[in-house]
Amino acid sequence: MESNEREENHLHQLIKTQATYHQAPKELEARIKQALLKEKVDHQEKLSVSDWVKRLLPFGLVFASGVGFSLFVSNSVMNERYHKEIVQEVLDQHIRSLQVAHLTDVTSTDQHTVKPWFAGKLDFSPPVHDFSSQGYALIGGRLDYIGGRSVAGLAYRHRQHTVNVFIWPDNKSTHEYNVLDNNGFHIIDWGQQGMHYWAVSDLNSEELKSFVELIKQKI
Amino acid sequence: MTTKNQHFERLALPHLNACYNLARWLLKDEHSAQDAVQEAYLRAFRFFESFNGGEIRPWLLGIVRNVCFSYLRHEQHHAHHEEFDEDYHSASQESASELSSTPEALLVLKVDRQRLNTAIEHLPTSYRETLILRELEELAYEDIAHIVGVPIGTVMSRLSRARHLLRAALVREKT
Repeated sequence: MESNEREENHLHQLIKTQATYHQAPKELEARIKQALLKEKVDHQEKLSVSDWVKRLLPFGLVFASGVGFSLFVSNSVMNERYHKEIVQEVLDQHIRSLQVAHLTDVTSTDQHTVKPWFAGKLDFSPPVHDFSSQGYALIGGRLDYIGGRSVAGLAYRHRQHTVNVFIWPDNKSTHEYNVLDNNGFHIIDWGQQGMHYWAVSDLNSEELKSFVELIKQKI
Repeated sequence: MTTKNQHFERLALPHLNACYNLARWLLKDEHSAQDAVQEAYLRAFRFFESFNGGEIRPWLLGIVRNVCFSYLRHEQHHAHHEEFDEDYHSASQESASELSSTPEALLVLKVDRQRLNTAIEHLPTSYRETLILRELEELAYEDIAHIVGVPIGTVMSRLSRARHLLRAALVREKT
Protein backbone atom coordinates (compact mmCIF):
# COMPACT_ATOMS: atom_id res chain seq x y z
CA MET A 1 0.00 0.00 0.00
CA GLU A 2 1.18 3.47 -0.79
CA SER A 3 0.94 4.98 2.67
CA ASN A 4 2.83 2.04 4.14
CA GLU A 5 5.63 2.62 1.68
CA ARG A 6 5.68 6.28 2.54
CA GLU A 7 5.87 5.46 6.24
CA GLU A 8 8.66 3.03 5.59
CA ASN A 9 10.59 5.59 3.58
CA HIS A 10 10.04 8.22 6.25
CA LEU A 11 11.25 5.88 8.97
CA HIS A 12 14.21 4.96 6.84
CA GLN A 13 15.14 8.62 6.37
CA LEU A 14 14.65 9.24 10.06
CA ILE A 15 16.97 6.41 11.06
CA LYS A 16 19.51 7.22 8.38
CA THR A 17 19.78 10.87 9.44
CA GLN A 18 19.13 10.73 13.18
CA ALA A 19 20.36 7.38 14.51
CA THR A 20 24.01 7.33 15.48
CA TYR A 21 26.38 5.72 13.02
CA HIS A 22 29.25 4.94 15.35
CA GLN A 23 32.69 5.72 13.99
CA ALA A 24 35.52 3.40 14.95
CA PRO A 25 37.89 4.98 17.49
CA LYS A 26 41.16 6.11 15.92
CA GLU A 27 43.31 3.55 17.77
CA LEU A 28 41.28 0.59 16.55
CA GLU A 29 42.71 0.59 13.04
CA ALA A 30 46.27 0.67 14.36
CA ARG A 31 45.52 -2.15 16.82
CA ILE A 32 44.11 -4.31 14.07
CA LYS A 33 47.06 -3.69 11.77
CA GLN A 34 49.42 -4.68 14.57
CA ALA A 35 47.49 -7.85 15.24
CA LEU A 36 47.46 -8.76 11.56
CA LEU A 37 51.23 -8.33 11.29
CA LYS A 38 51.77 -10.65 14.23
CA GLU A 39 49.36 -13.14 12.69
CA LYS A 40 51.30 -13.24 9.44
CA VAL A 41 54.57 -13.93 11.25
CA ASP A 42 53.10 -16.86 13.21
CA HIS A 43 51.92 -18.58 10.03
CA GLN A 44 55.04 -18.04 7.98
CA GLU A 45 57.21 -19.76 10.52
CA LYS A 46 55.33 -22.99 10.05
CA LEU A 47 56.20 -23.58 6.42
CA SER A 48 59.73 -23.67 4.99
CA VAL A 49 60.83 -23.91 1.37
CA SER A 50 61.81 -27.57 1.73
CA ASP A 51 58.27 -28.34 2.93
CA TRP A 52 56.89 -26.87 -0.24
CA VAL A 53 59.31 -28.85 -2.44
CA LYS A 54 58.48 -32.11 -0.66
CA ARG A 55 54.81 -31.43 -1.26
CA LEU A 56 55.25 -30.91 -4.97
CA LEU A 57 57.80 -33.61 -5.95
CA PRO A 58 55.29 -36.49 -6.19
CA PHE A 59 53.32 -34.43 -8.66
CA GLY A 60 56.33 -33.61 -10.79
CA LEU A 61 55.49 -29.94 -10.66
CA VAL A 62 58.85 -28.66 -9.57
CA PHE A 63 59.58 -27.66 -13.15
CA ALA A 64 56.14 -26.23 -13.86
CA SER A 65 55.73 -22.67 -15.06
CA GLY A 66 55.85 -19.92 -12.45
CA VAL A 67 52.15 -19.11 -12.33
CA GLY A 68 50.88 -22.70 -12.25
CA PHE A 69 53.47 -23.59 -9.65
CA SER A 70 52.44 -20.92 -7.16
CA LEU A 71 48.71 -21.51 -7.67
CA PHE A 72 49.04 -25.18 -6.89
CA VAL A 73 51.19 -24.51 -3.87
CA SER A 74 48.84 -21.97 -2.44
CA ASN A 75 45.87 -24.34 -2.74
CA SER A 76 47.45 -27.18 -0.81
CA VAL A 77 48.99 -24.79 1.69
CA MET A 78 45.64 -23.10 2.07
CA ASN A 79 43.82 -26.38 2.63
CA GLU A 80 46.22 -27.49 5.31
CA ARG A 81 46.21 -24.14 7.07
CA TYR A 82 42.44 -23.99 6.84
CA HIS A 83 42.18 -27.48 8.27
CA LYS A 84 44.47 -26.56 11.19
CA GLU A 85 42.38 -23.49 11.92
CA ILE A 86 39.18 -25.50 11.91
CA VAL A 87 40.72 -28.08 14.25
CA GLN A 88 41.49 -25.30 16.72
CA GLU A 89 38.03 -23.80 16.50
CA VAL A 90 36.36 -27.21 16.86
CA LEU A 91 38.40 -27.80 20.01
CA ASP A 92 37.59 -24.38 21.41
CA GLN A 93 33.88 -24.84 20.83
CA HIS A 94 33.95 -28.31 22.33
CA ILE A 95 35.70 -27.14 25.48
CA ARG A 96 33.44 -24.13 25.82
CA SER A 97 30.39 -26.37 25.51
CA LEU A 98 31.55 -28.41 28.50
CA GLN A 99 30.97 -25.45 30.78
CA VAL A 100 27.80 -25.51 32.81
CA ALA A 101 24.68 -24.58 30.81
CA HIS A 102 26.60 -24.17 27.58
CA LEU A 103 26.12 -27.63 26.14
CA THR A 104 22.81 -27.22 24.36
CA ASP A 105 20.45 -24.55 23.11
CA VAL A 106 17.74 -27.14 22.62
CA THR A 107 17.80 -30.02 25.08
CA SER A 108 16.08 -33.18 23.94
CA THR A 109 16.94 -36.79 23.27
CA ASP A 110 14.33 -36.80 20.54
CA GLN A 111 15.84 -36.27 17.10
CA HIS A 112 12.40 -35.17 15.87
CA THR A 113 12.60 -32.23 18.25
CA VAL A 114 16.23 -31.34 17.68
CA LYS A 115 16.33 -31.49 13.89
CA PRO A 116 13.46 -29.05 13.23
CA TRP A 117 14.87 -26.68 15.85
CA PHE A 118 17.66 -25.86 13.41
CA ALA A 119 15.20 -24.83 10.69
CA GLY A 120 15.03 -21.06 10.48
CA LYS A 121 18.39 -20.80 12.23
CA LEU A 122 20.64 -22.42 9.65
CA ASP A 123 20.59 -22.31 5.88
CA PHE A 124 20.94 -26.10 5.76
CA SER A 125 19.26 -29.05 7.48
CA PRO A 126 21.67 -31.21 9.49
CA PRO A 127 21.00 -34.94 9.85
CA VAL A 128 20.19 -35.67 13.50
CA HIS A 129 20.10 -39.19 14.98
CA ASP A 130 19.91 -40.60 18.46
CA PHE A 131 22.05 -43.64 19.27
CA SER A 132 20.88 -44.33 22.82
CA SER A 133 20.42 -48.04 22.16
CA GLN A 134 24.09 -48.24 21.16
CA GLY A 135 25.19 -46.23 24.19
CA TYR A 136 25.51 -42.81 22.59
CA ALA A 137 22.58 -40.72 23.76
CA LEU A 138 21.65 -37.51 22.02
CA ILE A 139 21.56 -34.71 24.60
CA GLY A 140 20.52 -31.89 22.35
CA GLY A 141 21.54 -29.36 19.73
CA ARG A 142 23.36 -26.08 19.66
CA LEU A 143 24.05 -23.35 17.20
CA ASP A 144 27.78 -22.72 16.87
CA TYR A 145 30.11 -20.72 14.74
CA ILE A 146 33.18 -22.24 13.09
CA GLY A 147 35.31 -21.19 10.17
CA GLY A 148 33.37 -18.01 9.50
CA ARG A 149 29.94 -19.59 9.33
CA SER A 150 27.07 -20.84 11.46
CA VAL A 151 27.17 -24.59 12.04
CA ALA A 152 25.08 -27.25 13.74
CA GLY A 153 26.39 -28.72 16.99
CA LEU A 154 25.02 -32.00 18.31
CA ALA A 155 25.88 -33.11 21.84
CA TYR A 156 26.01 -36.78 22.78
CA ARG A 157 26.84 -38.58 26.00
CA HIS A 158 28.68 -41.90 26.19
CA ARG A 159 29.26 -43.09 29.73
CA GLN A 160 30.84 -40.01 31.36
CA HIS A 161 32.10 -38.52 28.11
CA THR A 162 30.60 -35.76 26.06
CA VAL A 163 30.94 -36.07 22.32
CA ASN A 164 30.24 -33.09 20.11
CA VAL A 165 29.46 -33.46 16.44
CA PHE A 166 29.72 -30.36 14.25
CA ILE A 167 28.10 -30.34 10.85
CA TRP A 168 28.09 -27.88 7.98
CA PRO A 169 27.74 -28.05 4.22
CA ASP A 170 30.96 -28.47 2.27
CA ASN A 171 31.00 -29.99 -1.17
CA LYS A 172 34.75 -30.12 -1.32
CA SER A 173 35.38 -32.50 1.55
CA THR A 174 35.21 -36.08 0.32
CA HIS A 175 38.35 -37.35 2.01
CA GLU A 176 38.36 -40.25 4.40
CA TYR A 177 38.39 -39.30 7.99
CA ASN A 178 41.39 -38.08 9.92
CA VAL A 179 41.94 -39.04 13.51
CA LEU A 180 43.75 -36.40 15.50
CA ASP A 181 45.00 -36.40 19.02
CA ASN A 182 45.20 -32.98 20.56
CA ASN A 183 45.95 -32.61 24.26
CA GLY A 184 43.94 -35.66 25.17
CA PHE A 185 41.06 -34.83 22.84
CA HIS A 186 40.35 -36.93 19.79
CA ILE A 187 38.99 -35.41 16.62
CA ILE A 188 37.67 -37.23 13.60
CA ASP A 189 36.44 -35.41 10.53
CA TRP A 190 35.05 -36.62 7.24
CA GLY A 191 32.96 -35.58 4.28
CA GLN A 192 29.70 -37.26 3.41
CA GLN A 193 26.90 -36.29 1.03
CA GLY A 194 27.91 -32.67 0.78
CA MET A 195 28.45 -32.15 4.51
CA HIS A 196 31.61 -31.91 6.56
CA TYR A 197 31.42 -33.72 9.91
CA TRP A 198 33.63 -33.24 12.95
CA ALA A 199 33.40 -35.48 16.00
CA VAL A 200 35.37 -34.38 19.07
CA SER A 201 35.65 -35.83 22.55
CA ASP A 202 38.01 -36.87 25.31
CA LEU A 203 36.72 -40.35 24.60
CA ASN A 204 39.41 -42.79 23.41
CA SER A 205 39.95 -42.96 19.66
CA GLU A 206 38.68 -46.54 19.29
CA GLU A 207 35.28 -45.76 20.74
CA LEU A 208 35.12 -42.45 18.93
CA LYS A 209 35.75 -44.31 15.68
CA SER A 210 32.90 -46.71 16.52
CA PHE A 211 30.62 -43.76 17.12
CA VAL A 212 31.63 -42.19 13.83
CA GLU A 213 30.83 -45.48 12.08
CA LEU A 214 27.36 -45.42 13.65
CA ILE A 215 26.76 -41.94 12.26
CA LYS A 216 28.16 -42.79 8.83
CA GLN A 217 25.89 -45.78 8.44
CA LYS A 218 22.81 -43.85 9.49
CA ILE A 219 23.20 -40.99 7.00
CA MET B 1 54.51 -6.84 4.74
CA THR B 2 53.32 -9.61 2.45
CA THR B 3 51.04 -9.19 -0.53
CA LYS B 4 48.35 -11.02 1.35
CA ASN B 5 48.43 -8.54 4.24
CA GLN B 6 48.37 -5.58 1.90
CA HIS B 7 45.60 -7.09 -0.18
CA PHE B 8 43.48 -7.94 2.83
CA GLU B 9 43.96 -4.54 4.49
CA ARG B 10 43.15 -2.70 1.31
CA LEU B 11 39.90 -4.62 0.91
CA ALA B 12 38.84 -4.91 4.53
CA LEU B 13 39.91 -1.77 6.41
CA PRO B 14 37.62 0.62 4.50
CA HIS B 15 34.74 -1.20 6.20
CA LEU B 16 36.04 -0.67 9.71
CA ASN B 17 33.36 1.88 10.59
CA ALA B 18 30.58 -0.35 9.33
CA CYS B 19 31.97 -3.22 11.39
CA TYR B 20 32.40 -1.09 14.50
CA ASN B 21 28.95 0.44 14.14
CA LEU B 22 27.30 -2.97 14.02
CA ALA B 23 29.32 -4.28 16.97
CA ARG B 24 28.58 -1.14 19.00
CA TRP B 25 24.84 -1.44 18.38
CA LEU B 26 24.84 -5.13 19.25
CA LEU B 27 27.05 -5.04 22.33
CA LYS B 28 26.06 -1.55 23.58
CA ASP B 29 29.57 -0.96 24.88
CA GLU B 30 32.52 0.62 23.08
CA HIS B 31 35.27 -1.50 24.63
CA SER B 32 33.55 -4.81 23.90
CA ALA B 33 32.78 -3.56 20.42
CA GLN B 34 36.45 -2.77 19.79
CA ASP B 35 37.52 -6.22 21.02
CA ALA B 36 34.86 -7.88 18.90
CA VAL B 37 35.87 -5.99 15.76
CA GLN B 38 39.53 -6.82 16.28
CA GLU B 39 38.72 -10.49 16.73
CA ALA B 40 36.49 -10.39 13.66
CA TYR B 41 39.23 -8.89 11.50
CA LEU B 42 41.68 -11.57 12.66
CA ARG B 43 39.21 -14.30 11.80
CA ALA B 44 38.49 -12.70 8.45
CA PHE B 45 42.21 -12.61 7.73
CA ARG B 46 42.65 -16.27 8.65
CA PHE B 47 39.74 -17.31 6.49
CA PHE B 48 40.47 -14.90 3.70
CA GLU B 49 41.01 -17.78 1.28
CA SER B 50 37.45 -18.91 1.88
CA PHE B 51 36.17 -15.55 0.71
CA ASN B 52 35.35 -16.22 -2.90
CA GLY B 53 35.06 -12.70 -4.27
CA GLY B 54 31.88 -10.67 -4.41
CA GLU B 55 31.18 -7.94 -1.90
CA ILE B 56 33.46 -8.06 1.10
CA ARG B 57 31.32 -5.84 3.32
CA PRO B 58 28.50 -8.37 3.93
CA TRP B 59 31.09 -11.09 4.49
CA LEU B 60 32.91 -9.00 7.10
CA LEU B 61 29.69 -7.88 8.77
CA GLY B 62 28.65 -11.53 9.01
CA ILE B 63 31.83 -12.37 10.88
CA VAL B 64 31.44 -9.35 13.17
CA ARG B 65 27.85 -10.31 13.85
CA ASN B 66 28.80 -13.81 14.85
CA VAL B 67 31.63 -12.71 17.09
CA CYS B 68 29.21 -10.35 18.84
CA PHE B 69 26.62 -13.07 19.32
CA SER B 70 29.33 -15.29 20.71
CA TYR B 71 30.14 -12.55 23.25
CA LEU B 72 26.45 -12.15 24.10
CA ARG B 73 26.02 -15.90 24.54
CA HIS B 74 28.94 -16.03 26.86
CA GLU B 75 27.46 -13.31 29.02
CA GLN B 76 23.90 -14.36 29.35
CA HIS B 77 23.30 -17.52 27.32
CA HIS B 78 20.18 -15.97 25.88
CA ALA B 79 21.35 -15.13 22.38
CA HIS B 80 18.79 -17.36 20.70
CA HIS B 81 15.82 -16.32 22.76
CA GLU B 82 14.10 -13.05 22.16
CA GLU B 83 14.95 -10.78 25.06
CA PHE B 84 12.03 -8.50 25.12
CA ASP B 85 12.02 -5.39 27.19
CA GLU B 86 8.50 -5.94 28.52
CA ASP B 87 8.05 -2.62 30.28
CA TYR B 88 9.32 -0.56 27.44
CA HIS B 89 7.30 -2.28 24.76
CA SER B 90 4.01 -3.07 26.54
CA ALA B 91 3.02 0.58 26.43
CA SER B 92 3.96 0.56 22.76
CA GLN B 93 1.27 -2.03 22.05
CA GLU B 94 -1.40 0.45 23.09
CA SER B 95 -0.08 3.35 21.13
CA ALA B 96 0.33 0.99 18.17
CA SER B 97 -3.44 1.07 17.74
CA GLU B 98 -3.29 4.84 17.64
CA LEU B 99 -0.99 4.51 14.69
CA SER B 100 -3.47 2.81 12.38
CA SER B 101 -5.95 5.65 12.79
CA THR B 102 -3.39 8.41 12.38
CA PRO B 103 -0.96 7.34 9.69
CA GLU B 104 0.19 10.88 9.17
CA ALA B 105 1.22 11.21 12.82
CA LEU B 106 4.74 10.08 12.13
CA LEU B 107 5.17 12.60 9.36
CA VAL B 108 4.76 15.53 11.71
CA LEU B 109 6.77 13.96 14.46
CA LYS B 110 10.08 15.61 15.19
CA VAL B 111 12.24 12.96 16.71
CA ASP B 112 15.57 13.77 18.22
CA ARG B 113 18.66 11.64 18.06
CA GLN B 114 18.61 10.60 21.71
CA ARG B 115 15.02 9.39 21.63
CA LEU B 116 15.59 7.43 18.45
CA ASN B 117 18.82 5.83 19.68
CA THR B 118 17.16 4.80 22.93
CA ALA B 119 14.22 3.28 21.09
CA ILE B 120 16.54 1.26 18.84
CA GLU B 121 18.63 0.17 21.82
CA HIS B 122 15.53 -1.23 23.50
CA LEU B 123 14.68 -3.48 20.59
CA PRO B 124 15.39 -7.18 21.05
CA THR B 125 18.79 -8.02 19.57
CA SER B 126 17.47 -9.97 16.60
CA TYR B 127 15.19 -7.08 15.57
CA ARG B 128 17.87 -4.49 16.22
CA GLU B 129 20.49 -6.25 14.11
CA THR B 130 18.10 -6.60 11.15
CA LEU B 131 17.17 -2.93 11.43
CA ILE B 132 20.80 -1.77 11.55
CA LEU B 133 21.80 -3.96 8.62
CA ARG B 134 18.89 -2.76 6.52
CA GLU B 135 18.45 0.88 7.50
CA LEU B 136 22.01 1.92 8.28
CA GLU B 137 24.00 -0.44 6.07
CA GLU B 138 21.32 -0.67 3.37
CA LEU B 139 22.16 -4.30 2.66
CA ALA B 140 20.01 -6.45 0.39
CA TYR B 141 17.59 -8.84 2.07
CA GLU B 142 19.58 -11.80 0.72
CA ASP B 143 22.76 -10.52 2.36
CA ILE B 144 20.99 -9.94 5.67
CA ALA B 145 19.47 -13.43 5.52
CA HIS B 146 22.91 -14.91 4.99
CA ILE B 147 24.53 -12.87 7.76
CA VAL B 148 21.84 -13.61 10.31
CA GLY B 149 21.38 -17.22 9.19
CA VAL B 150 17.62 -17.18 8.68
CA PRO B 151 15.35 -17.33 5.61
CA ILE B 152 14.53 -14.08 3.81
CA GLY B 153 10.93 -14.29 5.01
CA THR B 154 12.15 -14.17 8.60
CA VAL B 155 14.32 -11.15 7.80
CA MET B 156 11.33 -9.31 6.41
CA SER B 157 9.03 -10.15 9.28
CA ARG B 158 11.68 -9.10 11.81
CA LEU B 159 12.15 -5.82 9.94
CA SER B 160 8.45 -5.23 9.83
CA ARG B 161 8.17 -5.96 13.54
CA ALA B 162 11.18 -3.77 14.36
CA ARG B 163 9.73 -0.82 12.43
CA HIS B 164 6.37 -1.33 14.08
CA LEU B 165 7.86 -1.34 17.56
CA LEU B 166 10.02 1.65 16.76
CA ARG B 167 7.14 3.73 15.44
CA ALA B 168 5.01 2.84 18.44
CA ALA B 169 7.81 3.74 20.84
CA LEU B 170 8.34 7.11 19.17
CA VAL B 171 4.66 7.97 19.11
CA ARG B 172 4.37 7.11 22.79
CA GLU B 173 7.35 9.27 23.69
CA LYS B 174 5.71 12.19 21.96
CA THR B 175 2.58 12.02 24.16
